[in-house]
Amino acid sequence: MTDIATADTGTSDRNPQRPEDRPAADYTIGEPLDGHVPPGDPLTAWQRRQDQYKLVNPANRRKLTVIVVGTGLAGAGAAATLGQLGYHVECFSFHDSPRRAHSVAAQGGINAARARKVDGDSLIRFVTDTVKGGDYRGREADAVRLGTESVRVIDHMYAIGAPFAREYGGELATRSFGGVQVSRTYYTRGQTGQQLEVACAQALLEQVSAGTVTMHTRTEMLDLVVADGRAQGIVTRDLLSGRIATWTGHAVVLCTGGYGSVYHWSTLAMNSNATATWRAHRRGAYFASPCFVQFHPTALPVSSRWQSKTTLMSESLRNDGRIWVPSRAGDDRPANDIPEGERDYYLERRYPAFGNLTPRDVASRNARSQIDSGHGVGPLHNSVYLDFRDAIARLGRSTIAERYGNLFEMYTDATGEDPYRVPMRIAPGAHFTMGGLWVDYDQMTTIPGLFVGGEASNNYHGANRLGANSLLSASVDGWFTLPRSVPNYLAKLVGSPLLPVDSPESTEAMDAVRGRIDRLLAVGGQHRPEWFHRRLGDILYDHCGVSRDRTGLLEGLDQVRALRAEFWSDVKVVGDGDRLNQELEKAGRVADFIELGETMLLDALDRRESAGAHFRTEYSTDQGEARRDDDHWRSVSAWQTTPQGDHVRHSEPLDFSLIKLQVRDYR
Amino acid sequence: MRIELEIWRQNGPHEDGHFEHHRVDDATPEMSLLELLDRLNDQIVEQGGEPVVFESDCREGVCGSCGFVVNGTPHGPVPHTPACRQHLRAFPGVTRFRLEPFRSAAFPVIRDLAVDRSGLDALIRAGGTVNVMTGTAPDADAIPQPHQEAEQALDFAACIGCGACVAACPNGSAMLFAGAELVHLAKMPQGHQQRGRRARQMVEALDEHFGPCSLYGECARVCPAGIPLSAVAAVNRERLRATFRGKAKDN
Repeated sequence: MTDIATADTGTSDRNPQRPEDRPAADYTIGEPLDGHVPPGDPLTAWQRRQDQYKLVNPANRRKLTVIVVGTGLAGAGAAATLGQLGYHVECFSFHDSPRRAHSVAAQGGINAARARKVDGDSLIRFVTDTVKGGDYRGREADAVRLGTESVRVIDHMYAIGAPFAREYGGELATRSFGGVQVSRTYYTRGQTGQQLEVACAQALLEQVSAGTVTMHTRTEMLDLVVADGRAQGIVTRDLLSGRIATWTGHAVVLCTGGYGSVYHWSTLAMNSNATATWRAHRRGAYFASPCFVQFHPTALPVSSRWQSKTTLMSESLRNDGRIWVPSRAGDDRPANDIPEGERDYYLERRYPAFGNLTPRDVASRNARSQIDSGHGVGPLHNSVYLDFRDAIARLGRSTIAERYGNLFEMYTDATGEDPYRVPMRIAPGAHFTMGGLWVDYDQMTTIPGLFVGGEASNNYHGANRLGANSLLSASVDGWFTLPRSVPNYLAKLVGSPLLPVDSPESTEAMDAVRGRIDRLLAVGGQHRPEWFHRRLGDILYDHCGVSRDRTGLLEGLDQVRALRAEFWSDVKVVGDGDRLNQELEKAGRVADFIELGETMLLDALDRRESAGAHFRTEYSTDQGEARRDDDHWRSVSAWQTTPQGDHVRHSEPLDFSLIKLQVRDYR
Repeated sequence: MRIELEIWRQNGPHEDGHFEHHRVDDATPEMSLLELLDRLNDQIVEQGGEPVVFESDCREGVCGSCGFVVNGTPHGPVPHTPACRQHLRAFPGVTRFRLEPFRSAAFPVIRDLAVDRSGLDALIRAGGTVNVMTGTAPDADAIPQPHQEAEQALDFAACIGCGACVAACPNGSAMLFAGAELVHLAKMPQGHQQRGRRARQMVEALDEHFGPCSLYGECARVCPAGIPLSAVAAVNRERLRATFRGKAKDN
């Protein structure tokens, strides 16, 4: 073992890997997975794969049905584009309108490797930032595709009506984001997600008018129909009438978002959930890297029990805001009374090269350790300052207002404090999930015919996502990848009939959904689903949060398992199943969150290294930085849950030929 | 603090509704109106009742899901702010709230405070889109857009689609919503190609789904995205423009 080159300098061919094959708890190790990345140069992989894709004759397309679940940037893009291409698309959303999908809430911007400025940016630089930012736990070739297609994403979004910020000369404006030293983030004030989402939803509605897409709003997917080993349909519940129905298609595309709200307090929307992906998982789709959860460093701290969420303050604020805590632990003076010499700008001190723009995982971890060591500020000492005093002095209030005006207003609304006068208070909050249903290079899961796009999938961001790469990956998947890879799969199904909605497989799935709803309504316990969700969140923040260790994870595992049993014997779901019942909706989602939480803990326990957002205190350097173990863990873990509920971990080994394995160093 | 609430309860679209009285004794100034309802619902369920149905999602003011009428005003006492961002501390003198669903013939009640706003999507389908095949768009830098025009487009594109404008209007008109869409897309270089056609179709859909505009101006007063009243004038301007140019011209 000693003759192996160190992880810092090794490349894949010099550094053969021996994946860790000893379980750390009660699960087994399964067969390795193949990501089906085109062999050879990752830079040309996407073009070569496209050249190989099978095509479907335009006349045959309308005979092929694609089910798309979700209408965020990925879902709306996939549905609209497949519709434009002539396929018959059935699109589902639990919202009342496609425009409300949670992409709408993204603030800061969308990256694109357009490299128009002379600041040294390039496609390779984008790939390096993405792969390295993800701590080498994502696929390199996928990151290349992300960068390649990013150019056209901006063109397309602008064309369908998203007004991007413009310079005075009329060119697109860009700004910097955490984890990069170039300026490649395109934006529209602090509402980039809103503008892109509304534009995408409108493009989707255009296809509805054109008759190529049928939109089903207020319809929630509750199960997947698998027949002949292929995903061939979904089971839904009409949220208004409670009607359970099966819809069948030649392929199913899930763009249902991430699972960050498993933590209860998160930056996600109230209705964001993991039910669609988790139900697909229980039907056989492997779930990758569930423990890779990004804690956003600039979320609002929890200050009261009834607070809805830890609202996100865009990372772009870190361009001009300086993060600090009082040098003396427990210093309770108002921020503006603390003199300069008694402030610890800890990110600037520890990471002079990146300063306040270190990647999110580094910023969150440092904030957490400042808070844990007694330097936290605010009434509950659970936050750090983000201060605009110097930027306002340098640039003037009006410039700051133009850049961040709506974020400042949002902060004032939420907290009652004026960030122009006193520093913001921020804390790490559960945010983006790098993990998700495992997909191969074509965005297909381990169930043939089941495709996934956007945050619901796992492939681009490794163990940590760079700011402004999420709007990008959702857009690339939806508008440019799935519309090519799904038809390749459909090509072999030309002429094959749809699975009947009363097939044995459909009936079995419908019965399962009905049985589950009946069980939830029948428990008749003491506590609302919300109560269990809150407890699950507490367990996960404590045991599977910004940093983790073995003892804590084992404790968490016991607690989540106990919570699951308690849920099914003590949940109280009022009302009935045949009309709008938000308690019932919530109950089903929490039940799935609890199962997912268990797998997250197992994954965190299993991965005996620190990588990106997954920080195991046992695996850190003397300086307290993350220590990766490329010899044993240069792989994606993908979890299988057997019908009996046993857990099996599979591994997909990762190769890096373009980007050298390095220790991430932002100092 | 103690809060008294009169809340509209209605079991379904075709059932009669009534006001129900509730009291929350442990409200705090930090609570938003929605968090107050969360607290209340916990109390209701504890006492064996069914929680008040209301819609919300992002709770940071961008998704447009939430909204109901608070003491006669859509979204609540703070101007230009969605219900999720209306915190009790902002109106410490108010301790009695009368909550009703958005009132408009165009928004049938679904249950309690939840209404059906799908008419707004019908307007978008009628013309609020730009027809571009994926992948065919020209380089966005090759079509410069003046800084100010992009900013103005954004001022109108800020609409969150909550429907408060319709609920505030005595006629149930959606002119502010439609106008915001028309101005936004008219300012986008690619949206130009369908400008006339869009105006014609949008106006037709407005007549079909919503009431007429009598220029009361209530809509702009409650709009959480601050869409200016000039959006209403823009609908008429765009309609006239399209009429003068004639049906032979789409742009």
